[in-house]
Amino acid sequence: MDLDLSSVEAFRAEVRDWLARNVPATPLPSLETEKGFAAHREWERRLGAARLSAVSWPEAYGGRGASPLEWLVFEEEYYAAGAPGRVSQNGVNLLAPTLFAHGTPEQLARVLPPMAAGEVIWAQAWSEPGAGSDLAALRATATRTDDGWRLNGQKTWSSRAAFADRGFGLFRSDPASERHRGLTYLMFPLDADGVTVRPIGRLDGKPAFAELFFDDVFVPGDDVIGEVGQGWKAAMSTAGNERGLTLRSPGRFLAAAERLVALWREHGADPLLRDRVADVWIKARAYRLKGFETISRSDDIGAESSVNKIFWSELDVELHETALDILGAEGELEGDWLEGYVFSLAGPIYAGTNEIQRNVIAERVLGLPR
Amino acid sequence: MKFVLDAEQRLFGETLHKLLTEAGTPGVIRSWAAGEHDRTLWTALAQAGVFALAVPERHDGAGPRPIELVTAMVELGRHAVPGPVVETLAAAALFEGVGDEELSAEWLPRLAAGHAVVSLVPPSAEEAPPCRALDADVADLVLLTEGEGLWSARPEGTPRRSIDPARRLFTVTPAAPLASGPAVREAAAAAYDLGTLACAAQSLGVGRALLDITVAYAGTRRQFGRSIGEFQAVKHHLANAFTGLEFARPLVYGAAVSAGSPEFARDVSAAKVAASDAAYVTARIALQVHGAIGYTDEYDPSLWIRKAVALHSAWGSPANHRARLMKALS
Repeated sequence: MDLDLSSVEAFRAEVRDWLARNVPATPLPSLETEKGFAAHREWERRLGAARLSAVSWPEAYGGRGASPLEWLVFEEEYYAAGAPGRVSQNGVNLLAPTLFAHGTPEQLARVLPPMAAGEVIWAQAWSEPGAGSDLAALRATATRTDDGWRLNGQKTWSSRAAFADRGFGLFRSDPASERHRGLTYLMFPLDADGVTVRPIGRLDGKPAFAELFFDDVFVPGDDVIGEVGQGWKAAMSTAGNERGLTLRSPGRFLAAAERLVALWREHGADPLLRDRVADVWIKARAYRLKGFETISRSDDIGAESSVNKIFWSELDVELHETALDILGAEGELEGDWLEGYVFSLAGPIYAGTNEIQRNVIAERVLGLPR
Repeated sequence: MKFVLDAEQRLFGETLHKLLTEAGTPGVIRSWAAGEHDRTLWTALAQAGVFALAVPERHDGAGPRPIELVTAMVELGRHAVPGPVVETLAAAALFEGVGDEELSAEWLPRLAAGHAVVSLVPPSAEEAPPCRALDADVADLVLLTEGEGLWSARPEGTPRRSIDPARRLFTVTPAAPLASGPAVREAAAAAYDLGTLACAAQSLGVGRALLDITVAYAGTRRQFGRSIGEFQAVKHHLANAFTGLEFARPLVYGAAVSAGSPEFARDVSAAKVAASDAAYVTARIALQVHGAIGYTDEYDPSLWIRKAVALHSAWGSPANHRARLMKALS
């Protein structure tokens, strides 16, 4: 057992150096606004040109073939440098892992390079009005045609969809099917004929997600991922990634915890808030070490990934609540900490609510009866 | 980088688990609490190599091996082993740090072999100690540090009773000087960090056992015609306990890995806060899920519940360690 990171120090230094030279001096506008989205897309192009937008992918698709440890280190440096939020996240962290597991070589070659280059930004389209935590209740349909599929129905809470280029999600391809069966995983253009995007303002009014309406939207057969009717299986490989380390890496919280400690000091190191700041720092460190433990294991963590999702989402809320309390009367005012707070409040809800994650842990990890 | 136990370390933990399962620790705990201080288990632990982990090879030990020490203490916590185990391990670090070869040669080989039971007052630099030592009447030697002085000490009067019936805390007073000088102050700090790490690992083991016991109980106890583990309220309690323990573990082992580095004290404090909080939360949940039976003295799981409460404040309260951590971050 060791925590020897010397093998990745050269990589760390290279990333740190590039970020020091390239991270914008003034923060970009919020990525949940039209202007901010464009600025973040431009930033993705710069990252992509340096082959830093998806370091763990193979070189052929625009990555660097980085090891999981190198990826963790990249994330530490990325957030420590105060680099912009990742507008490409749905594609890089959710869709790409599914393509690597279930996609064809043609799909990988067609979809991944423009994703890495920041040319195509992806939105996720999981939930429907009647299918939130109970995702298997979804009803949007995909009907086979001679040369592809026709999509009909509605998706909602589709993050980044207000300004993104393409989306991915599950559609019921067998009208007689129920629940997890008869679903197909499809990619679709958000500007196709028949797609209506209605942006939804999140808690602070910014259009961070959208409703999608499908009216006979044509999708070619090449945009089915995995087997027709086997979409649930393919999606679950993505869900594991979403709940595991990749959606919110430890580096993000380490950097935020350091900023919280600095904020606490700048505001007079109030002893009444000391223990809360300490707990946030401890938890950020715990998540970092848990990440090292996870990538050191030889077995698949499976349902245990749910524990990560609960932990980082609650840590994120705790961290930002503490920051707002440090700011006192200024806490309610627009600013980076408030933006982070609003973002954090969604964490316990998306990617499977924390209540669902607790059920998963109780039943599949601890073995309690269903 | 490989941040998981290797096969040999896992085997060591499994061997101790087997030994302690066969020893039937609930009976040992109750005897210890009743004042019968049989050393059979202590000797068995010494033979398994537990105390040697804090003793250097030149004094017949195998240490320092902080990762194995944590592995052992997790198992001892899992079985709620009574006695001044943490104190004896910390005493080894204290002797080693003081560097008086005569003292070390007198005590360390005996300590490693399980022939000397040592207690001490946790030598915290931050907290004004109440000068209490665990099981001081049982110990062959009781240690007390004051500034640059190391003393042997003697217990006074009858012990204060802890919520953990197996923990008996004695007020001690200095008896005879053993060593003095700046090395004592440094050695005391090192001993405090090692003892705190051992206590954190012990808490983690206590919490782990409580989770296992309670999951098993929730799966078998029936009310309203079904097992209570089917109820979501119970499931979520247990998922919360699991989450806390899962994230305390890497902090405890991470602190062990950082032994000898400038971050050790900071990392030990983080580990102690997380492990003792996680064990305490698990104890509360264990009590709630067991219901009234868990609240009884006679029911064995209450031995673990009570130990979790006691260890929460032993070797520095969480507030103390949070303060120490924040100081280290500046």
